[in-house]
Amino acid sequence: MQPTPSTGRAPGDLPIARGPLSRHVLDLLSGDPDVDGPLVDLDVSSDDPLADDDLQVALWTLYELHFRGFTGIDPGWEWSPRLLHVRRQLERVLLAHLLNAVAPEVDAAMAASGDLASRFFELCETYPGPSLSSVVGRQADRAQVLDFLAHRSVYQLKEADPHTFVVPRLDAVTKATLVEIQFDEYGAGRPDRVHQHLYARTMAAAGLDDAYAAYVDDVPAQTLALSTVVSMLGLHQRWRGAAVGHLAAVEATSSLPCRLYAAGVRRVGLPDEVATFFDEHVEADAVHEQLAVRDVCGSLVRAHPELERDVLLGAALCLHTEVRFAEMLLAAWADGSTAPTGRAERVPA
Amino acid sequence: MSAIPQALGADVRTQACPGGPLLVRGAEQVVALDGSVHDVLRPVVALCRCACSSRAPWCDGAHKMLPPARRPGAEDVR
Repeated sequence: MQPTPSTGRAPGDLPIARGPLSRHVLDLLSGDPDVDGPLVDLDVSSDDPLADDDLQVALWTLYELHFRGFTGIDPGWEWSPRLLHVRRQLERVLLAHLLNAVAPEVDAAMAASGDLASRFFELCETYPGPSLSSVVGRQADRAQVLDFLAHRSVYQLKEADPHTFVVPRLDAVTKATLVEIQFDEYGAGRPDRVHQHLYARTMAAAGLDDAYAAYVDDVPAQTLALSTVVSMLGLHQRWRGAAVGHLAAVEATSSLPCRLYAAGVRRVGLPDEVATFFDEHVEADAVHEQLAVRDVCGSLVRAHPELERDVLLGAALCLHTEVRFAEMLLAAWADGSTAPTGRAERVPA
Repeated sequence: MSAIPQALGADVRTQACPGGPLLVRGAEQVVALDGSVHDVLRPVVALCRCACSSRAPWCDGAHKMLPPARRPGAEDVR
């Protein structure tokens, strides 16, 4: 196997700031979380938070404190009121935008006839947007397939982790089925089968940097949003229904697209090992989608009917962020850009 | 409706998914329609009931490509 190139970013490095919001967060992190400081009100207005590099880098950094943290940064920052105050402002802007964007689809799914499972699958199968998997499977060239793999790595290398935060917030029946899915995501007792690890092997076999968050400085807001939106849902008890709906939508939109991704990988002549991750998901997610929609979402809504809208909302948020990601990537490819690096416009630090 | 793969094991529990596969817990092996035997490596597996899967005996989601009326029904369980 060829040596894996590095993006120059080591796991645990802070990201590069892309504007005043992310600069503010990074400045705070360079200090001492135990020293009291002011709660700063920021100008968080944004025309389009899903396309706002600065806002998404700031949020990704804040959430990452709850996952792996950063080298040389005091882990005490995770629960710093000063940082949580920033996070709350950013989340309000993002949430307001998202709730507005998906309201028509969620309303339609609530009003449709049929049981929750049939309405859920219908929402996933008919959500409007381009099919990135068809392009990757049938048309994309080698550079574009590699670009796709690099973008997806920001989320796939922490796949399942954001949803795991929701486990202690659920009743026993819902919890049991969710953990059945997560157990499989985490390799069913075999560390070499952990899906995050399978994706790292995909990256290495494709000659891309396989380190956690290696491409975080190189991808635009829409790619970061694949991680930040689900992190927001997973970290808020208030959004437990949406977190579960998000998970079920991930699973319900995986099997058929992963078959196309695997076909695309092989079509452009990348090694078979690059496709292994996608092969695994064709089969695993055909199981997971049924468990997630019927048993996880189903049991949650049977016990808590008031959460039905949140479950469908979470699904729509997953589908919407995927559509925005697909539109961004397909537009970049149409412009002739296929580099997995350097697309983001940076504001000098 | 077409035949479906057979699950082998001491404590096999099944759950039919309307329009989709048969979920199986507790199986040790599955016998595909062509007679080939497959070890079960997951806590739960989904067996194809629509005969369209490219990864038979396992479900690969291909039932979604069928019109709803041609997808396997909930009543089609052994």
